[in-house]
Amino acid sequence: MNESIAVRMDGITKRFGSVIANDRVSMDIRYSEILSILGENGSGKTTLMNMLAGIYYPDEGFLYVNGKEVTITSPHDAFELGIGMIHQHFKLIDVFTAAENIILGMKGEKRTYNIDEVNQKVKEICDRYGFDIDPKMKVYEMSVAQKQTLEIVKILYRGANILILDEPTAVLTPQETEKLFNILRQMRKDGKAIVLITHKLNEVLELSDRVTILRKGQYITTIPTPVANEQILTEAMVGEKVTLDIERPDPVNPQKRLSVKHLTVVNQERIKALDDVSFDVYSGEILGVAGISGCGQKELLEAIAGLQNIESGGSVEYYDKDGNTKELVGVSPREIRNYGVHLSFVPEDRLGMGLVGSMGMTENMMLKDYDKGRSPFLNRSESSKLADEIKSELDVVTPSIDTPVRKLSGGNVQKVLVGREIAAEPAILMTAYAVRGLDINKSYTIYNLLNEQKKKGVAVIYVGEDLDVLMALSDRILVLCAGHVNGVLDARTASKEEIGLRMTNLVKEEA
Amino acid sequence: MKKNQFEKPHDSIKEPLVHIIKREDVPAWEAWGIRIVAVVLGMMVCALFIQGITDLNPFKVFGSMFNGALGSSSRIWQTLKDMALLLCISLGLAPSFKMRFWNVGAEGQILIGGLVSAALMIRFGNSMPSGILLMIMAGVSILAGAIWGLIPAYFKSRYNTNETLFTLMMNYVALQLVEFFVDIWDKKQSHSVGVINSSTKGGWMPYLFKQQFFLMVLIVAVLTIGMYFYLKQSKQGYEIAVVGESENTARYAGINVAKVIRRTVAISAGICGFAGFLEVSSVSHTISSLTAGGRGFTAIIVAWLGKFNPFAMTLISALLTFMSRGANQIASDFNFNKHASSILTGIILFFILGSEFFINYKLVFRKHGKEAA
Repeated sequence: MNESIAVRMDGITKRFGSVIANDRVSMDIRYSEILSILGENGSGKTTLMNMLAGIYYPDEGFLYVNGKEVTITSPHDAFELGIGMIHQHFKLIDVFTAAENIILGMKGEKRTYNIDEVNQKVKEICDRYGFDIDPKMKVYEMSVAQKQTLEIVKILYRGANILILDEPTAVLTPQETEKLFNILRQMRKDGKAIVLITHKLNEVLELSDRVTILRKGQYITTIPTPVANEQILTEAMVGEKVTLDIERPDPVNPQKRLSVKHLTVVNQERIKALDDVSFDVYSGEILGVAGISGCGQKELLEAIAGLQNIESGGSVEYYDKDGNTKELVGVSPREIRNYGVHLSFVPEDRLGMGLVGSMGMTENMMLKDYDKGRSPFLNRSESSKLADEIKSELDVVTPSIDTPVRKLSGGNVQKVLVGREIAAEPAILMTAYAVRGLDINKSYTIYNLLNEQKKKGVAVIYVGEDLDVLMALSDRILVLCAGHVNGVLDARTASKEEIGLRMTNLVKEEA
Repeated sequence: MKKNQFEKPHDSIKEPLVHIIKREDVPAWEAWGIRIVAVVLGMMVCALFIQGITDLNPFKVFGSMFNGALGSSSRIWQTLKDMALLLCISLGLAPSFKMRFWNVGAEGQILIGGLVSAALMIRFGNSMPSGILLMIMAGVSILAGAIWGLIPAYFKSRYNTNETLFTLMMNYVALQLVEFFVDIWDKKQSHSVGVINSSTKGGWMPYLFKQQFFLMVLIVAVLTIGMYFYLKQSKQGYEIAVVGESENTARYAGINVAKVIRRTVAISAGICGFAGFLEVSSVSHTISSLTAGGRGFTAIIVAWLGKFNPFAMTLISALLTFMSRGANQIASDFNFNKHASSILTGIILFFILGSEFFINYKLVFRKHGKEAA
């Protein structure tokens, strides 16, 4: 019985300043098993596993690997114990080949290495688990899925028996996810201990043998997957009953608000981030934008908001309520606002772009209209009034409206940002990854806010990562694939498979 | 807990004795407490140093330090003058640093401001009413400093060049220019300009209440208050803060980032140029390559330690000036090597800078807690 226990954690505590990331967590990881660690963002899943991988060092508690107490102070220690972790952000060197990345940082007996031997060993690992990877390929030529595969091979090459994967499916299409799951099943058969950090319930149910649930840094329970279902898991995760339905009212009297034609954007690497994109946006509807990450979503929204250089020939026309049109291409963000065009833009990088982290709510409220009026000095009274309103209406948890927003939790930061954009009474509301980093309840708050705007007749553009949510919330879904519009589908009838397919494979658009 | 079924720890386990944790929300009183403790500790190390090297009574030495900085009315004024100059330069640096534009070119900006002031004094000192000349000198020195800052700022905003290297290099250009003109203006082959207009006092800052430096101190005090409101309350100050935090956010908010960079650095360097004018017109009445005297670098410390808050910066520059004047006094009172007294200043500075570590981080000694659960 003890043979099968790979890792035992006993009373592990980790604090960051006054925040307790993990509070006396005790749990087991077993060989020949896939264990899911489920919890909302900020529940301490990644921190806990980082301590196993040698990234952090626990403040208190004991770690046992294969029955022996150990201290892990560096990733090297972890590797020597056979523990490998695949992080959400890949740790690869772009200009190196796959094989070079694999042996990077390994302590060999000799000073030199034989690349042919490495290639041979990599090939063996690939054949065994069905990986598809070319050891001589450079990392910058690889797709996201290939990079992830490389990370896994890298860890196996170092002889890891305990693998930790941090939200591995976040960057994958449904098809790639299925492939990854098959590989993980194969590894389980091989006797390896696999830990999957996730907050997606369907993955947990599909793949794992046991589920360990964390909430607010504390260990809640471990459930064998066969007796679990979505409702049980959600309640354990959130700590209260939640309803999992997203409302989708029918659009009322849709009118054309925005007409995007032949939009092409070239990014800093001189690659076309958007290639001849055309579509229309209507009032009173939510237009979902789907696509694997980095397919031009960011550039699309920024182009409409006036933050990107648009190649000649493209046009973005805004239709106001009386049917007058205004061209937005070539106009600065401030001028767009002065036109009376209300584009409210919730950027994907909240603290890097939408808000100023070191400032409080009040000062963030005036980010876009601080220069109103002639006085050379700031007028804080209106902003602080607005900050107070948003704080009470959206239940923003903050010690005061002057606390730097950087210190607020992800959900509250998001509320501040969305609240400010909605307060501007937009005609068009664009959001990118509006619920990224939010727990389930707060995500639903945001969905409700978007729906309210939709009912008011606002045209909402919603860029999302979770296909299930996109399909439940949107009226139409625009699929982006490598900068192209790869179809606009009716969200009420489209299937997940079809969207997934369009995310990866360009199809000829039928008229 | 079935812990006993597991083996006892290996002997070879390497237990880190201590690790470092970032701390947040340190209350202001605690932060200042830590800083005061640091100064006291620094003084104690200084005392040990004095005792160990010279066998002098440390208290006497500290007494002489105090005496040197504040011992008489004229010494107080000297200290005030040094402090005002240092503070003026720091006030200039504050806006560019707040915008995360690392202007290390204050030395050059001071020199160039001083140089044009001296040039105007030499050219018009005997032909123009002193009041008007002073106004023109102030204006032109601000302009000259601003241009000296605008050059790197333009390249930064246009081509994203590294401003630290650029501003640093501009210092040497200014230095060479000053030496060049000193040679031209030097009539006695003495490698110095000498006191300019010593008889007519054209372009000299007038005495107020019989004090040479009263007007200068007053101007810097007004500037301090002005800078506080500029950074905290004005729209331009807001823009500086946003650009400093993130250029992307600034662009998103519709701020013209390039314009803000240029404007802010021009203001910043202009104030440094103005400090050069103060030095020449009010203090030395001459120009040399030593006019800036390293204050442009000391001011960086002042701006940082004061967290770009003009009032905190006033305190810091007071402390630094007090120490350096005190150190000079020790040197003359006890026949100290001048470098030995700089060591004392260095020790105290080291402790003050080091205290910032303990304000931002804390050390945690691992307790191998028996039963954590």
